[in-house]
Order: sequence, then structure tokens, then C-alpha cells
Amino acid sequence: MINKNSKVLLEVKNLKAEVDGIEILKGVDLTVRAGEVHAIMGINGSGKSTFSKVLAGHPDYAVTGGTAMFEGRDLFSLEPEERARAGLFLAFQYPVEIPGVSNSALLRLAYNTLQTERGKEELDPLEFEDLIEEKLRVVEMDPSFLSRSVNEGFSGGEKKRNEILQMAVLEPRLAILDETDSGLDIDALRIVANGVNSLLTPENAVIMVTHYQRLLNYIVPDYVHVMDGGRIVRTGGKELALELEARGYDWLRAAA
Amino acid sequence: MSTALHNLVNQPYKHGFVTDIETESVPKGLSEDVIRLISEKKSEPEWLLEFRLQAYRHWLTMENPVWANVTHPPIDFQDIIYFAQPKPKKQLASMDEVDPELRRTFEKLGVPLHEQKLMAGVAVDVIFDSVSVTTTYKAKLAEVGIIFCSFSEAVREHPELVKQYLGSVVPSGDNFYAALNSAVFTDGSFCFIPKGVKCPMDLSTYFRINTEGSGQFERTLIIAEEGASVCYLEGCTAPQFDTNQLHAAVVELVALDNADIKYSTVQNWYAGDENGKGGIYNFVTKRGLCKGINSKISWTQVETGSAITWKYPSCVLLGDNSTGEFYSVALTNHLQQADTGTKMIHIGRNTRSKIISKGISAGRSNNSYRGLVKVGSRAHGARNYSQCDSMLIGDRSEASTFPTIDVQNTSATIEHEASTSKIGEDQMFFFAQRGIGSEEAISMIINGFCKDVFVHLPMEFAVEATKLLGLKLEGSVG
Repeated sequence: MINKNSKVLLEVKNLKAEVDGIEILKGVDLTVRAGEVHAIMGINGSGKSTFSKVLAGHPDYAVTGGTAMFEGRDLFSLEPEERARAGLFLAFQYPVEIPGVSNSALLRLAYNTLQTERGKEELDPLEFEDLIEEKLRVVEMDPSFLSRSVNEGFSGGEKKRNEILQMAVLEPRLAILDETDSGLDIDALRIVANGVNSLLTPENAVIMVTHYQRLLNYIVPDYVHVMDGGRIVRTGGKELALELEARGYDWLRAAA
Repeated sequence: MSTALHNLVNQPYKHGFVTDIETESVPKGLSEDVIRLISEKKSEPEWLLEFRLQAYRHWLTMENPVWANVTHPPIDFQDIIYFAQPKPKKQLASMDEVDPELRRTFEKLGVPLHEQKLMAGVAVDVIFDSVSVTTTYKAKLAEVGIIFCSFSEAVREHPELVKQYLGSVVPSGDNFYAALNSAVFTDGSFCFIPKGVKCPMDLSTYFRINTEGSGQFERTLIIAEEGASVCYLEGCTAPQFDTNQLHAAVVELVALDNADIKYSTVQNWYAGDENGKGGIYNFVTKRGLCKGINSKISWTQVETGSAITWKYPSCVLLGDNSTGEFYSVALTNHLQQADTGTKMIHIGRNTRSKIISKGISAGRSNNSYRGLVKVGSRAHGARNYSQCDSMLIGDRSEASTFPTIDVQNTSATIEHEASTSKIGEDQMFFFAQRGIGSEEAISMIINGFCKDVFVHLPMEFAVEATKLLGLKLEGSVG
């Protein structure tokens, strides 16, 4: 929901970044206010996944220019874990497997780390169980998932739901969903989208990185940005996504 | 990532101090005279001296084994002190007579010698250099007929038992280091659990090498009679010296019908410095004999120390329906080398064995699993399951697996699984993105990796092992 008076959560200016010496981002500008839903679309290699990883601080990417302020803090002066504790969340495109580490142990450690950061009490396993039960409903997950090793033997859809479960537990200010819709069948897509929608409040915001319009039928964006060649080349409302769906990306590329 | 990893796996060795205590030792070097001197100092019976001399003569004909995946300069066996003991040596009537300096040493190591201060319900035999300093809870154990004492005392008080079982599992000429041990062993622990007795508390031995240039050659013998059961723990540390020290122990376990022995080790000998200077050569022969039907022997080890580890706790499954188990975590760092694993020898019918081995290599270390599963022609219905997982930290460490399977009975079922993984940047980034610092992330990953082994450790040991690997318990609580 667009409210011009709401607080700016993220302000990115002229962001440039490279991987292995190759410049991928060539000057990205983006402002995200509390309560907003943004979609970033674009073809493969346009730089949209790089953009999300750079914001989260993936060590493979080097920022070579520009700034990013997150709730008034210089994002690039923070370590990846400090960014996470400040309320920046990245739902991974390819969630990793962590053998032998149970989902509940990971979630509780992550949650308690955040509680400590916020000056609040840590939860013991029993208290945490109450909290997690409620969160499981957000993504319609069975409690048996908690005792399984993180993402080990999970289907593609289960992995993505697990990412949203982590988002539900950590309640970030800004969540970046990196192609969370890829590889999901229609039921899983609906569950994931419903989960994200239920987590939206006027205080937080979401950036969805996606190829397809499909996800945007379920999570309706306030802004749609089209990325190409490492820049945002077009910004519009949700209707821009529909136009892209109908006409493809080529007309934009030609125009740019 | 690399800094946190570095700090985590490079925690300074906490047990590297030397106790300033007057010791009495025999001159360096090995000969029949030295062996006679050791035997005399210990007032041993003639048959034991014979056992030693026989082993020594056999040892002289043997070659230092070279098949292990480790390298070290030749060991000068004439440059080792074979016997060192704290002075004065007199019979101790009670714990209070233990030299205060020694007592402080063990308190510093977290092994208080006062029974009331000990961790509840663990009886401890404490070995300092070549001799047993004290054994706790002896009286209480004696009430149910359990003998738990130093090896020397067992030779004096229960010679018939020692004579019957010594060398019955690991013959004196079994291998180069077992032969050396048989010739010069100085002390160790002895446990005898009589028929039908479930040992009411965990038994434990704590080994400490103190004297520079001395070797430690202890001998442990555990016998569980019909229907008996015991849980035995072993811990070890040594001071930091620039020279290498040799530790060549022999452990023999015997389980009769329906008996059950569980043997756990947390090995934290000094590993040498980051350039590989100093550290213990841990060349140990451990073997259990499941002699009776339905007997069970289970080895659990957490190997974190020693410059070189050469160790294969094994089970000979002689009794029908007997079970052997081996659970191992071996962590190597810097220039440490470990060649460790197990042998499961199936002889009886319907014998079962299980091997879970987890190797973690960091720094420039080299970590090998070596295992033998052998099924004899009479071992109908034998089953084995082996799982060997390796984890690499950094890009200069090495992991190898050398499994050997030898099956001579067609009804046997053998399963072997192996995997190699690496703590990846993507895993670390995932944890960071969830707000979890790299140190805790590594702890969690390693803890998860070792979980299948840690669950088999007694509680206090599991805690110590977790700490030793620089882990926090956070991950295993959920």
C-alpha cells in the first residue's frame, strides 16, 4: 500500500557492484517505504538476483559504487549478520541444506539472536514451541518439519515454504524474496503467497524478485520495476507486469 | 569466515602446563635390563617378566609399520624414557596422601582426586606418566564385587585374573607397538565386573604424560563376565613440549555371554604447534573380544589431539548373536595426521556390527578413515552397516577413506556409505543472513555433522567433546 508519508526503509542510490571483476550492477536506484510491495522483474542476467544478494551482503559480490541506507544506517558498513539483525531478510532462490541441524534448532537460534539484539528475553525450547506452532500455520507446514534437518530431503516447494516460515519467525522490516515462485506448483504458490500476504503490515515492506507475472496475481505489488543490463529501466504500477506478460521484455530493451 | 574458523579451530591448548614434581625414572633406552628393572621396581611375579621379555624379543624382530597414511621421522626407541613415576613411591592409605602438587595438577585438569568433589557417580583411576596415582570409589565398587584398580595392583592382588586375560585379545606379538607395549607397559587400569553385575557407576581413567622425553605405555584390561555390563570412559592430556612423545597403549576388552561393554574416549593429547613441532604420537591398539553369545562391545571415540593418531578400536565377534559398534569423530588441524578406524571381525553366527565415522580436517591436516569388515565362513547371517563421512574446512586439508571388506559367507549383508562435504560459503552466508554469526554457524554445522556419534557419548563426555570441538550446545538442544 502506497503512503507517501510513511517511513523510508531502504534507499539505494546509483548502486554499482561486480563479481569476479565483472560489473553486474551499473547504477541502481530504488526507494522502498514501509507498507510497500515492490516487484523487480527482468530476464536472466539482468542483475536482479545480484541486486538482492548485494543488499544482503553475499561475499562473492563487491560494491564498487553508490550507497544503500537501511532505516538510516549505511547498509554496506554492516556485516551480513548485522544486516539480518537490523531486519533485512533474504528468502533464497536456492535454499541450502544443513545436514544434522534441525529446523527448530536453527529457527530458535536465529530467533533468540534477534531477541538479544532487540534487548528482549530469549525463549526456551518450550516457549519457542508455542511461538512456532502459530507460525507453522502461516505456511501450512506440518510440525514434523521442525525435527527434520534444514532443507534436507525437502521438495522444492517445501524448501520455499521453509524460507517463508523463517521470515514469519524473524518478522523482518524488509524481506527480499529472490525468485521464491520458481519451481512452485500452483498450490504451493498459493500457500507461499498467502503466507507472505499475512505477514505484510504498514511497518514492513517486501521486494519480490521474479520472472513471472504469475506470483503478482497473488501478492499484488505497488510498484513494478524492470531491470535490464544492471539498471532499473522502467518503473510502473502492477499493470506494467501485465504488459510485460503480454509483450515480453524486448520492447523495453529496444526502448532502453 | 576464515577468521572465525581460524579462532575456533585454533584455540590454545589448555592442558599444556608441566607439573614441577620430582620424578624417578629409569635411564633412557630399551634393553632386557631396562625391562627387568621396570619389572623389579614393580615387584612383579616371574611369569609377567617372562611375558615382557618374550614380547621384547619378538619386537626386536618386527618392523615399524609403514602402511598407515601418515609420515614422521624415524622414532629412536633408545631415546625414550620407559619408566617415570612421581616420588616418593609409597603405598597410599587414602586420597589425602596424594602429593598436593599432583592433586593440584589434576584439579587444574578438571579431575579432582577427592571422591566427594568428583562428578557424581564416576569412579576414576588416575595415571600420571607411568603409574596409577589413585583410584576412587574402590570400596563402594567392591561391595558389588567389582574390581577397579590400577594394573599394578591387579597384578599383586588378582594375579590369576590378569594371567588368564592378559594378551588374550591382543597377543603380545600382535603388531609392532602392541609388542613394544607388552614389553614395557608400566601401569593402566584393570576392571573386572563379575557375573550378573551391572556396574552402578561409570568407570573412568584419566591419563596424563608429564615428564619430557618419557613415553606412556599403559595397559587396560576390562572383563565383563556373563550378564555383566559396564560403561568406561577414558580421557587424556599432556604438556606442551617441542619434542614428540610416544604413547603406545594397549586396551583389551573381554565380554562373556550376554555381557555389555561400552568404552568411550575423549582424546586430547597435545597436538604440536601450528608448524607441527612437538605433540604426541598416539599409536594405540584397542580391541574387544565378544567371546560370549549375545555379548556387545561398543567403542565411541572423539579424537582431537595428538600429532599423529594411529588407532583402530576393533571388535572380534566370536560369540553367536554378538554385536560390535564403533562411533568416531576425528578432528585434525594444522599439521596433525590421523589414520583411524576400526576392524569388525565376524566369526560367530548372526553377528552384527555398525560403524559410524566422522572425520573433520582443517588447516593442512590429513585425516584418514581405515576400516576392515571381515566376515568369516562360519558367520552365517552376519550384518554390517558402515557410514564414513568426511568434512573439509578450508582448502589445504585432506581426507581419505580406506575401507576393506572381506566376506567369506554368502548370507552376509554389508552396507557401506561414504560422503565428503565442505563447509561451504553458501551455508555460511545462509546462517549470516539469518543473523547467526560465523562461529555459531560453524559450531552448528559441525555439531550437526557429528550428531550421530555424540548421542552415543555419556552426558559429561558429550559436553566435553562438544566444548572440545569449539561447539556450543545450542544446536543439539532442539
